[in-house]
Amino acid sequence: MLSGIAILSGVLVITRKNPVHSALALILTLLCVAGLYLMLYAPFVAGVQIILYVGGIMVLFLFVIMLVNLERSEKEKQFNQQWLPGILAALGLGTLFVAIYIKGKNAFPMLPPALPEADNTQRVGVLLYSNYMFPFEIASLLLLVAIIGAVVMAKKRI
Amino acid sequence: MPSFITNYLDKTVQVTPGQYGSPFWALVYILVVFGGVSLAVVCMNWLERKILAHMQVRLGPMRVGPHGLLQPIADALKLILKEDIVPEGADSFVFLLAPVIILLAVFSVYCVIPFGPAHAITDMNIGILFMLGVSSLGVLGIVMAGWASNSHYPLIGALRSSAQMVSYEIAMGLAVVSAVLMTSLNDSGTGTLSMIDIVKAQNTQHIWFVFKFFPLGFVAFFIFAVAMVAETNRAPFDLPEAESELTAGFHTEYSGLRWSLFMLGEYAAMIAVSSIAITLWLGGWMRPFPNALSGSTWDLAFSLFPALTFFGLAGMTFYSTVRMPKHAFFRVQTIGLGAFGGVFALIGLILLVPPVRDRVQDVYWFIAKIALFLYLYIWYRGTFPRYRFDQLMKVGWKVLLPMGIGVLMLTGIVGLRTEIWEFLQRLVHV
Repeated sequence: MLSGIAILSGVLVITRKNPVHSALALILTLLCVAGLYLMLYAPFVAGVQIILYVGGIMVLFLFVIMLVNLERSEKEKQFNQQWLPGILAALGLGTLFVAIYIKGKNAFPMLPPALPEADNTQRVGVLLYSNYMFPFEIASLLLLVAIIGAVVMAKKRI
Repeated sequence: MPSFITNYLDKTVQVTPGQYGSPFWALVYILVVFGGVSLAVVCMNWLERKILAHMQVRLGPMRVGPHGLLQPIADALKLILKEDIVPEGADSFVFLLAPVIILLAVFSVYCVIPFGPAHAITDMNIGILFMLGVSSLGVLGIVMAGWASNSHYPLIGALRSSAQMVSYEIAMGLAVVSAVLMTSLNDSGTGTLSMIDIVKAQNTQHIWFVFKFFPLGFVAFFIFAVAMVAETNRAPFDLPEAESELTAGFHTEYSGLRWSLFMLGEYAAMIAVSSIAITLWLGGWMRPFPNALSGSTWDLAFSLFPALTFFGLAGMTFYSTVRMPKHAFFRVQTIGLGAFGGVFALIGLILLVPPVRDRVQDVYWFIAKIALFLYLYIWYRGTFPRYRFDQLMKVGWKVLLPMGIGVLMLTGIVGLRTEIWEFLQRLVHV
């Protein structure tokens, strides 16, 4: 049911004419994805998904949408003439997914093993700071670069 | 009685209904919390007007009922009877949805607030993350309300509010992380994000986190206390609804019941963030000095507090009953006030009964701490002038955020001082 709502609101995101409605549908999609994480015994990821995407990024999205001129964009033609490449790309991605699903059926067991939900957060923390220390630090460095870049671009005189 | 009612009442059950897996009792708790919070909001409305009035040497509401006690009820009736207007040109779907989203976000937070070791709707192992996440959803409602109103004041109010909430959320998160870090500074080295376990960690470490590593805990608490006022859009950070500039900010265009939903959401959010602060730094449901002043005598002495509070309230009420003007016009009000005092005294008597006395303790101390915070909120509103918007942003980004990062790092360093010292010594010897 969660994935059904997610797909439905995902379709709403691209079909609504009003950008604010699209953003709200996108929020619903992200919430449903958080619910899916919860069902996969990953409460930490679900919580972070809600805080970062719904609480942070989507609020900034709405912020920007409200600042730009809405009346003009509503009257513009919604879709450009590239539906043929779009459909081809979607079909290609779909076949890829199906192929992976058929090939990888044995690689991933259908029912996830009943993971201990209680120490999920601790495990995420331990893994991040032991096995995946290097990628984690690279990601944080990337974010730092992005922040500095944003400041440099926004400030005219440093 | 059916077994699904009785089995949770077993004395050996020491967990919340959500953990016990009892939908019936979870529902009962949800209804109790919802009703209690709504009642608290009504009381808070009256108290705020009265206290603000007395701070400004006014009388406040005096007409409806003795000392204006029935004023909130009169207001609620008026709001329900008012017409629900959707302005022309407004996006009606989003306009009608916005207050519902705010209420939903605020009341979801109450799922994990621990009023006692077993008195919460449920306990999650990501409790504090859940709280931060869900309370950050409230800003969506504000943005939607401001945009959908199709009017200038609400739009500016919503823009201000979203900027303010996004920037203060970061400082708030850093303060919370430093408190969560403190839970992990024990022998096993594992911390917790669950609200109930955070309070238990303060019990086992024999200290409220506000006093731990003094002044580090206090500074983190201070950052949270400032950020939470900004987060709930209250004075002195009430720019999104600054009356003198924006009439009423994001809810200017709302009327009647929907307007009152916004008010309910705001006050419920105040109670929710206060209870986060209490859980993280002020020892949650624990009474003062649970370890230093332990033993049966002290337990008995502290368990008398709830009853004494209600007797005090009853005494105040009886005192003002006697002081009511002796005139036929006020006779009904005097009798009503006396009856109100009688109800307080009766509640006090019920709280003296030993089984009740033992059970309401945790809830009493938690609510007493919340009441302290709510008084602080009113006090701020009565005393501080409103910030300007650039000052607000400066405080958030240039003062609270660096302070938060510094406190977080210092907490880690102080918490691991022995390990770091040993490491340095080994470095020197090598």
